[in-house]
Amino acid sequence: MNGTNLFKIALRALNNNKTRAFLTMLGIIIGVASVITMLAIGQGSKKSIQAQIAEMGSNMIMIHPGADMRGGVRQDPSAMQTLKLEDYYNIRDEGKYISAISPSVNSSGQLIYGSHNAPSTIYGVSQDYLTIRQLSVEDGDMFTDQDIQTSAKVCIVGKTVVDNLFPGGGDPVGKVIRFNSIPFRITGVLKSKGYNSMGMDQDDVILAPYTTIMKRILAITYLQGINCSAITEDMTDQAIEDITSILRRNHKLKEDADDDFTIRSQQELSSMMNSTTDLMTILLACIAGISLVVGGIGIMNIMYVSVTERTREIGLRMSVGARGIDILSQFLIEAILISVTGGVIGVILGVGASFAVKYIAHWPIFIQGWSVMLSFIVCTVTGIFFGWYPAKKAAALDPIEAIRYE
Amino acid sequence: MNKSIIELKDIKRNFKVGNEIVHALRGVSFTVREGEFVTIMGTSGSGKSTLLNILGCLDTPTSGEYLLDGVPVRAMGKNERARLRNHKIGFVFQSYNLLAKTTAVENVELPLMYNSRISASERKGRAVNALTAVGLGDRLMHKSNQMSGGQMQRVAIARALVNDPAVILADEATGNLDTRTSFEILVLFQKLHAEGRTIIFVTHNPEIAQYSSRNIVLRDGQIKEDKVNEHILSAAGALAALPVPAED
Ligand SMILES: Nc1ncnc2c1ncn2[C@@H]1O[C@H](COP(=O)(O)OP(=O)(O)OP(=O)(O)O)[C@@H](O)[C@H]1O
Ligand SMILES: [Mg+2]
Repeated sequence: MNGTNLFKIALRALNNNKTRAFLTMLGIIIGVASVITMLAIGQGSKKSIQAQIAEMGSNMIMIHPGADMRGGVRQDPSAMQTLKLEDYYNIRDEGKYISAISPSVNSSGQLIYGSHNAPSTIYGVSQDYLTIRQLSVEDGDMFTDQDIQTSAKVCIVGKTVVDNLFPGGGDPVGKVIRFNSIPFRITGVLKSKGYNSMGMDQDDVILAPYTTIMKRILAITYLQGINCSAITEDMTDQAIEDITSILRRNHKLKEDADDDFTIRSQQELSSMMNSTTDLMTILLACIAGISLVVGGIGIMNIMYVSVTERTREIGLRMSVGARGIDILSQFLIEAILISVTGGVIGVILGVGASFAVKYIAHWPIFIQGWSVMLSFIVCTVTGIFFGWYPAKKAAALDPIEAIRYE
Repeated sequence: MNKSIIELKDIKRNFKVGNEIVHALRGVSFTVREGEFVTIMGTSGSGKSTLLNILGCLDTPTSGEYLLDGVPVRAMGKNERARLRNHKIGFVFQSYNLLAKTTAVENVELPLMYNSRISASERKGRAVNALTAVGLGDRLMHKSNQMSGGQMQRVAIARALVNDPAVILADEATGNLDTRTSFEILVLFQKLHAEGRTIIFVTHNPEIAQYSSRNIVLRDGQIKEDKVNEHILSAAGALAALPVPAED
């Protein structure tokens, strides 16, 4: 008995009952399509979050005053004043793995220009902040070292701020706006970045020299934070170690004392985000996987019924010389053909549904080669697994009884 | 004398039903030679089908020896018996047993599908030849559900012929057909007999025995009578003598 003939036999048998074959397939089609769609959605959101993080600067490192708050212990207000300008200078001058660094202080208030006003937060930074956050100047210029030394009342603004304060149009560069009644001259406008994945408007920013904010608005001598960029993403960990040792030395911390500052990296955030989306993907895949198993049981059910229904056919085949193994193979091949065909249709449908999700619901999707392969292999295995029992039953029939079966 | 195709020596077949043992065959011995057309008759329950199943290698005797074309069958395993059925036996059943919604050619090809030594083109050619031989050369692509009972039985006979078997076994092959169609099928069997084929034909109908070359009568699992028919009637003649069905 050769494989080609068995294949032909199975194909003819399926061809004789297209409706039954299709109904059997339906479970597999739905199972495979949902696995692919679910994985595409899961992987898509992971990709988009990764892209957003990269956009924010994937080698960004954030230093905050105070010990790591993740324990939830309340801290003394003075603990929040541990970062000084000195720390900033030392990291800037001594830090070995850092390509850009900027202090960070901020204050919320009201922006006013003529009869227009808008609530906003002003950030005190150095020029490096543009590199760290991957911002660029579209009109005019960034403020200068000179401005920082003199605590000049100058600022650079984002598109949203411009839209809020200058709704009538006109060049904002050189105009003087007020922040909490303090006048700031606009030196430049930032290039628009739009909204990020968390729905935050990245253009609603106003940046000024950190010295100006510290002296003229907040009247403080400590920093609320320091942002920097590692030279490459891979150097993030070394940079953090390096910064830690500089800060511990500056703060004269003893060997066994805890850090009085916290360092977070974008990388850390991104791996946290990844594990969240991975979990989501696994959950989705599980739900979809269950429907694949249900599809498999559907195959078993219909194959099982069809063994009874086709008892006479089996008896006849045996009487003309089919061996048990031939009958077994025929039923197995039928099951596999059904599940593989269902799998192919499921893949097409799943990819189609993924694109429908992309264009109709505007969700990010990402179809991975392995998810298609996986669901395909799973449905073939399902076919073999759930086809086996009915096929075995068919092969074990007694030809005399089978052929007489009414 | 022609070589013997079937040799039965003291064949017994018992069935266990609950605590009782049913003796379906109680020691049957006979020899069938190549080219014989044997009818087997007997009352219901006399063991005809049981005997035919053993002859067709679907069943094995409880005791006794069976040689098919010189090959001892009794000690064979399931798969060997399947091979033997495939190569040496053609079955014709009372209820045709064609594959549903399948063309005549594909139905006839079926036994050859289980023989890997026969190529697809040879298979097709042999199926067409067999169908032509039973007078269905113009119905090759008709499906089983588009044919009359007589035509279906012809397809079944073509299927039994296609592997060029040592013996054709028929169990009540005309049982489901009207008189006229029964005679048409009998004409076909006589034609096959004339071509030198060996046929064993189980029937209830004593009339049919007149058209065969030998008649064996079973009673209660034993041979009651085994007679060579010296005056074989012509089924074709009988068919011609039948009243022509009234036309509307
Ligand atoms: N599988 C079986 N199990 C038990 N008893 C059986 C079995 N097959 C046949 N028998 C018994 O063997 C005897 C012979 O049966 P068989 O079918 O050979 O009769 P038959 O001559 O073909 O009858 P009919 O003309 O009605 O077809 C009967 O008594 C029957 O009950
Ligand atoms: Mg019978």
